[in-house]
Amino acid sequence: MAKIGVFTCWCGENIARHIDVERVSKAIESLPGVHCSMNYKYMCSEPGQSLIIDQIKSLGLTGVVVASCSPHMHLKTFRAAAQLAGVNPYMVEMANIREQCSWVHADKEEATAKAIELIRISVEKLRHNRPLQPISVPITKKALVIGGGVAGIQAALDIAAAGHEVILVEKEPSVGGKMAGLSETFPTLDCSQCILTPRMVEVNQHPKIRLMTYSEVEKVEGYIGNFSVTIRQKARYVDVNKCTGCGTCWNGCPNKRIPNSFDFNLGNRTAIYIPFPQAVPARPVIDSSRCIHFKNGKCGICEKNCAAGAINFNDEDKLITEEVGAVVVATGYQLYSIGKEQSNPNLSGYGEYGYGKYKDVIDSLQFERLISASGPTGGEPKRPSDGRVPQKIVFIQCVGSRDNAKGVSYCSKICCMYTAKHTMLYKHKVHDGEAHVFYMDIRSGGKKYDEFVRRAIEQDGALYHRGRVSKITEEEIDGVRKLVVRGADTLTGKPVTVEADMVVLACAMAPTDGATALAQKLSVGYDEYGFLSESHPKLRPVETNSAGVFLCGACQGPKDIPESVAQASAAAAKVLVMFSQDHLTREPEIAHVDESLCAACCACVQACPYEAISIEEIVDRKGNHVKNTSRVNPGLCMGCGTCVAVCPSKSIDLEGFTEEEVYAEIESLLS
Amino acid sequence: MSETQSQLVADVEKLAHTQVNDCYQCGKCTAGCPRGDVMDIGPTRLIRLVQTGEVLEAARAESVWQCVSCLTCSTRCPKSVNISGVIDALRQISVEKRISAKRFNKTVLFQKEFLRNIRRNGRTNELELVVAWKLLGLASDLNPLAALRDAQLGPKMFFRHKLHFMPGSPVKDKAVVRRIFDRCMAERKSETEE
Amino acid sequence: MGTTEFGYYPGCALHGSSNDYEQSVRACLDRLDVRLTELEDWICCGATAAHSINQKLATALPARNLAIAEKAGCGSLLAPCPMCSMELLKAKQAITSDPAVRDEMSEIVELPVIGSTDVVNLIQVFQAIGLDAIKSKVTDSLDRFRPACYYGCLLTRPPKTLRFDDCEHPSSMETFLAELGAEPVDWNFKTECCGAGMTLCDPDTVTDLAHKIIANARKHGANVIVTACPMCQMNLDMRQADVEKKFEETFDMPILYLSDLVGLALGISEEELGINRHYVKLQI
Repeated sequence: MAKIGVFTCWCGENIARHIDVERVSKAIESLPGVHCSMNYKYMCSEPGQSLIIDQIKSLGLTGVVVASCSPHMHLKTFRAAAQLAGVNPYMVEMANIREQCSWVHADKEEATAKAIELIRISVEKLRHNRPLQPISVPITKKALVIGGGVAGIQAALDIAAAGHEVILVEKEPSVGGKMAGLSETFPTLDCSQCILTPRMVEVNQHPKIRLMTYSEVEKVEGYIGNFSVTIRQKARYVDVNKCTGCGTCWNGCPNKRIPNSFDFNLGNRTAIYIPFPQAVPARPVIDSSRCIHFKNGKCGICEKNCAAGAINFNDEDKLITEEVGAVVVATGYQLYSIGKEQSNPNLSGYGEYGYGKYKDVIDSLQFERLISASGPTGGEPKRPSDGRVPQKIVFIQCVGSRDNAKGVSYCSKICCMYTAKHTMLYKHKVHDGEAHVFYMDIRSGGKKYDEFVRRAIEQDGALYHRGRVSKITEEEIDGVRKLVVRGADTLTGKPVTVEADMVVLACAMAPTDGATALAQKLSVGYDEYGFLSESHPKLRPVETNSAGVFLCGACQGPKDIPESVAQASAAAAKVLVMFSQDHLTREPEIAHVDESLCAACCACVQACPYEAISIEEIVDRKGNHVKNTSRVNPGLCMGCGTCVAVCPSKSIDLEGFTEEEVYAEIESLLS
Repeated sequence: MSETQSQLVADVEKLAHTQVNDCYQCGKCTAGCPRGDVMDIGPTRLIRLVQTGEVLEAARAESVWQCVSCLTCSTRCPKSVNISGVIDALRQISVEKRISAKRFNKTVLFQKEFLRNIRRNGRTNELELVVAWKLLGLASDLNPLAALRDAQLGPKMFFRHKLHFMPGSPVKDKAVVRRIFDRCMAERKSETEE
Repeated sequence: MGTTEFGYYPGCALHGSSNDYEQSVRACLDRLDVRLTELEDWICCGATAAHSINQKLATALPARNLAIAEKAGCGSLLAPCPMCSMELLKAKQAITSDPAVRDEMSEIVELPVIGSTDVVNLIQVFQAIGLDAIKSKVTDSLDRFRPACYYGCLLTRPPKTLRFDDCEHPSSMETFLAELGAEPVDWNFKTECCGAGMTLCDPDTVTDLAHKIIANARKHGANVIVTACPMCQMNLDMRQADVEKKFEETFDMPILYLSDLVGLALGISEEELGINRHYVKLQI
């Protein structure tokens, strides 16, 4: 027989102003099962909680209803209090009479009546509740970090520093990501490579980190604490253990004119190559699609020259399976495609800017390579068409960003800053050059950020025009090819035409290709653009709705280096919190199958968004098949209840929200 | 914004089938406008005036009639605002309220005369149009030189069989054209009567 | 190749000051066995004047023509003037996207209209006939021509209504003429406005715009400008003398219709095509 105590909170005036709490207490007193009904000014306060604990102890209550705010706010608080007094925490219900009643109703009479109703249905549910025990899940204390850019490197180093093993998977031949290709970084103008390369070396040398470059995650199975991950290590055709990285092979390769994707095709590489001199690991790969040996079986110069005997033309992709307890996704970004050909047929591209048609119209990452000391021009800003040093550069912001018609509606956040940086770096190299910027708004929130932009304008003389550019055409003017940029200055209200030598488009940030496919493997949500979804934008920014999977960096949305690094450390901290326990305690409010009723129709298996349900065979002692049944993996189930809704035989139910409990609530409301 | 202003904004939006508040004033329309360099109030600012309820000020602008209706602005607008449609709406309002820019009286007269010509004939009778417009222009700015400006084109066109004293093929059912005109115009007349 | 049929909406210009365009189109299509059936009792599309003065009229006038075409069972309607074809397509879009507009327009124009007729421009007609079919009838090479193909405003704009070619870098005319032996030049004013709508009321604007266009075509090596718009042709042709005088430059840039060049390739004489009636003489 249930002995229920109901505790109605005033929440100061928040509730009491619009609800007659005294009358509520009185009305509840006589409900079946209710042994005491009290009210207090702040139920969540120490005296409030003590009141509950005392009543439980003195009256021997078996369950508690707290009528106060949203369970999001204080359910944990009151469950803990009940547990202290010896009541199972899942025998605590909350009636939300604040957000769903006092805050939204003006009429005190009606609000009071509604509060009584809300409490009544909670009492009725509680009468049908049964005690539940938290679920305990073992943890494999090893983490997988996907993506070896600055975010992935940071997360891997932080987790490894705490003494846990990490597998860092990077799809390119080297770690470093986009940051490795940048010249200097805002707002300090410190050299990107100088900051990053030591960290790259560190991940490679760290005894706790297993670095897997040129590899991709193929398959993810299991659940929080117990993932089984299959990784495809692509054929490198070079034995990294034998190879010393001496460079004889790439220096001797006759196939020298292959566009280097690390330089965004501004520079060339060989068929056997390392993407850039500071690559980690400093071990080459053979591009089999371009290598002469793979075309006709000839050449083989690298093989002949390699003293270490590291070349292996018969290398094949390898699939490696690893058990990990947590996954950190740090797959980063790429630039929004601005060419005429668009990956997304809804995007019509920027024909008017002539990217792809005019060689000297380049994107911002290409410009980074052009002014980077490690870039194809050795840091001299030479324009791609004829190698001349541009005397006038136009920088266009918001290309693809904030453009509903041709691109994406969001702001890419970093372009204002890096464009200011570009103007400075250019002016520092070409003192008499002109840097024009077309912008819509300058968004420079951040420590020393706005000062940085002002410095570009005030000290380095970048000329900022507030307006978008309408069209770029190429004309020969006085014997020199110029890009005629037709923009506007909305502050003067007049069109502005600039005859430039080069145009740099600050293109929108977009998630990397393959990010959504990976998200599907991990059961992580993503938005319409393919950015991965965090669990809560404010309170759970690095968690995902897939337990045990965390995210950091630009895969979640446009962000700069400091933010990516901060988020990476946050994700690492979340992993470490997990790894600080031997077992994981999970809420028991998950689906449960009555296997005697289940007909194994698979409706729940198909409906489950977390792939938490599987079909299992029940056999008798002799091993004979009895029947099939669906079974819930308690590690994977997130308690969403979708399976309950689709089950035709009512054999699956959600603990803590059973059909019986929910119908009790509804019936009490209708009675 | 006063109620009259809100109504005018709503009228512009209805005529142009667009939402002016979608515009974030990026200036791409002005940047690509073939007349942007000579306009008193460029397209970006015209939209801004409409956004702030200053529809009448926008309708008085010379630029409204400097526009060559090339649709470059609407085509390239990142927010898909129908800028040329807004300019058309401003033209219509400026004519209805008789507030169009004085300097462009002749342009307005030409457009009106063009429509009168169609209303009468169903198709344009070019000679009739040119003569009527030149006479109107003469009457409006009393400048015989302006009226004579394109006079040399007439004989040239004539000798190339390009100008006809009689339209090639007249419309048979002219009455229906007049009825179409009356139906389209009637509604606006009642709306603009104050 | 059998006979192809199109409904035909000449529009005022082709029956007036640009009747050389009609002459050229008809001569050319006749040679290609295309039969044109002119719409019975068509009326003016309203042009700039209608959308400057009354938005409803700007839909109603073309809607009447669409209704006439539908009544005649016309599936594909050729409107060689881009202004007309754009206005017709704009009206069609308004009618097909909103049943209320459809019903209202049917009432105003006194004929049911549902917007079922396809409206095509001259290039699309050539595309429909097909390059192979045209090439099979070619007698003369166009290799002496280096045309700057000029699309102007309304052949590609508004792109979502017209759905024809790339609105920033169109290439359908170039593709065509290159196949016929001409060497089209790449230039930058393909889709810039020539100001034809203002040719009578604002000649100064027009000469400025026309100058930029003709000068750019010449700079990029063109010896002829090719257009599929009667207003562009007349404006660049008729005003060229004014441009030359104002900017003290000599261009002598012939302005041909697309059908003129195709016609020449098909062996039709300049007189038959009406090229002799242009202001700037063709001397290539």
